[in-house]
Amino acid sequence: MAEKLTQEQVSQLEKYAQSIRYSIVQMVTEAQSGHPGGSLSAADILTTLYFAEMNVNPNDPQAASRDRFVLSKGHAAPVLYATLAEKGFFPKEELLTLRRIDSRLQGHPSMKNLPGIDMSTGSLGQGLSAAAGLALAARLDNSASRVYTVLGDGELEEGMVWEAAMFATHYKLDNLTAFVDFNGLQIDGPISEVLSPLPIPEKWAAFNWHVIQIDGHDIQAIYDAIQTAKTIKGKPTMIVAQTIKGKGVCEMENIADWHGKAPSRQQCDLFLSQLNELEAQ
Amino acid sequence: MGLATREAYGEILKELGGKYENIVVLDADLSKSTKTAVFAKAFPQRFFNVGIAEQNLMGVGAGLAAGGKIPFVSTFAMFAAGRAFEQIRNSICYPKLNVKIAATHAGLTVGEDGASHQAIEDISLMRSIPNMTVIVPADAEETRKAITFAAEYDGPVYIRLGRMAVPDLFAADYTFEHGKAVQLADGKDVTIIATGIMVGAANEAAKQLQDAGISARVLNIHTIKPIDKEAIIKAAADTGAIVTCEEHSIIGGLGSAVAEVLVENSPVPMERIGVCDTFGESGIPSALLKKYHLTAEDIAAAAKKVISRKK
Ligand SMILES: Cc1ncc(C[n+]2csc(CCOP(=O)(O)OP(=O)(O)O)c2C)c(N)n1
Ligand SMILES: [Mg+2]
Repeated sequence: MAEKLTQEQVSQLEKYAQSIRYSIVQMVTEAQSGHPGGSLSAADILTTLYFAEMNVNPNDPQAASRDRFVLSKGHAAPVLYATLAEKGFFPKEELLTLRRIDSRLQGHPSMKNLPGIDMSTGSLGQGLSAAAGLALAARLDNSASRVYTVLGDGELEEGMVWEAAMFATHYKLDNLTAFVDFNGLQIDGPISEVLSPLPIPEKWAAFNWHVIQIDGHDIQAIYDAIQTAKTIKGKPTMIVAQTIKGKGVCEMENIADWHGKAPSRQQCDLFLSQLNELEAQ
Repeated sequence: MGLATREAYGEILKELGGKYENIVVLDADLSKSTKTAVFAKAFPQRFFNVGIAEQNLMGVGAGLAAGGKIPFVSTFAMFAAGRAFEQIRNSICYPKLNVKIAATHAGLTVGEDGASHQAIEDISLMRSIPNMTVIVPADAEETRKAITFAAEYDGPVYIRLGRMAVPDLFAADYTFEHGKAVQLADGKDVTIIATGIMVGAANEAAKQLQDAGISARVLNIHTIKPIDKEAIIKAAADTGAIVTCEEHSIIGGLGSAVAEVLVENSPVPMERIGVCDTFGESGIPSALLKKYHLTAEDIAAAAKKVISRKK
């Protein structure tokens, strides 16, 4: 198993995550449309993947040997765009074109529009299947490329997720690592009240996945889980990441209403100053 | 500006819920957006959230109908007609079960969510299924009447609703006649046939044409299936040219339905306003309507073109 991250590496990654959160709030405000809650909850996962693990090169975004990422919960596009911009795939200024006509930053990720997007998503429940297909393609090519995907916990209510779950274990796709962004909320309320997909880890275990449960805002824990997943042979790994929807912006944290609502400009200033304070700590 | 058709849906559904005890409502984690939350608040015992599971939504709806209930099932048009097409076909329409599919956020005017959420194929998909009735209301009042019709009619109905507020076209005394076109203006040079949010634009185009000395008939076809053949054949005979307008692909929707009637009965020159075999994109609704040529100006231009094609 790979080394632990150093304390310096962790704090550098935390800085990236804060900067990504800052961009998310800015871009959703500028667009006056979009999904801040589920973008903020996944920021630490994407940061760790893109800055500590994945083999991707902003200067060669289509490299065949690259690792792939599928944002199955495509409505969280702002976190993906902010991460790609932070990584250097395109200038950060372009983030402010989110959801505008003629923008490459579509409301939901579109691989034909923007380099760095490995799969078009937005209709929930479809990303894990595509990730499984990418993992299978890598295996057919004898490529060392690994495939990562992030699903929402509400998204687990889609039947197709479980069709893909069976497929991935049946074909022993051990180059596939998935995350559930377990923030406990969907649009109409808490997942346990709307249509419970609980218990989540047990379900994936029953589908014969290797399951790891972590705090989805602990960079070291995210990193360790990814390293463990790489050692698991003969089956895919599901990392169930306990998260807080709206993480980093007090007013948004654990509030279902912030799923798909943009802050006003006034609120935005407040939220950005909160994020700045967090970073200073 | 009046209400969005989805808003009118929420209101009337609650009213009908008080009138008909057999009405039950299902939603797939979008009740705030589809406005079934209004019904849910008034009748919590008769509202069921299926979660993010549109195929199950249709299947459970079929079962409830087979069990004697009148289920109204709602989600976005993309996930109703698109995701659950085959469940609608085989579990609802084949057995001709009494399920009402009220699909919201149809068309390009979903806006910023972009192409993945912009259903521009749903009319085409739904009207191709035997036993299905397809209704596209143009404003709030027509929605109230269409939903009331659907509740009282026995059989599957697909009702296409929009996200954005639209101008009111009809007063409270408006009567909705299933399968009957509504003539909004008479004219002799061309007939503009529109459905849904394009009806307002068609009215506006007729006014622009009048200023240019062209007299246009305007027909609102709210029921795409069964379609009002008589009104279409009469329009062809009286005006000799047709323009269809829909916030939908030009493939398979209103334009195709009208063309089918024309070629078999009284072929006349025809132009179609609609999305021309392309996906939409993110943007504010008004900008999208402009970019994809769905404005009154586009309709007026098509009218002039089709008139020039008359023999
Ligand atoms: C097939 C499909 N149905 C419905 C939607 C609308 N929708 C967008 S986000 C969302 C809730 C997602 O909840 P969850 O998966 O928990 O995401 P998160 O909390 O991480 O934002 C819904 C129902 C969709 N995008 N796709
Ligand atoms: Mg969630």
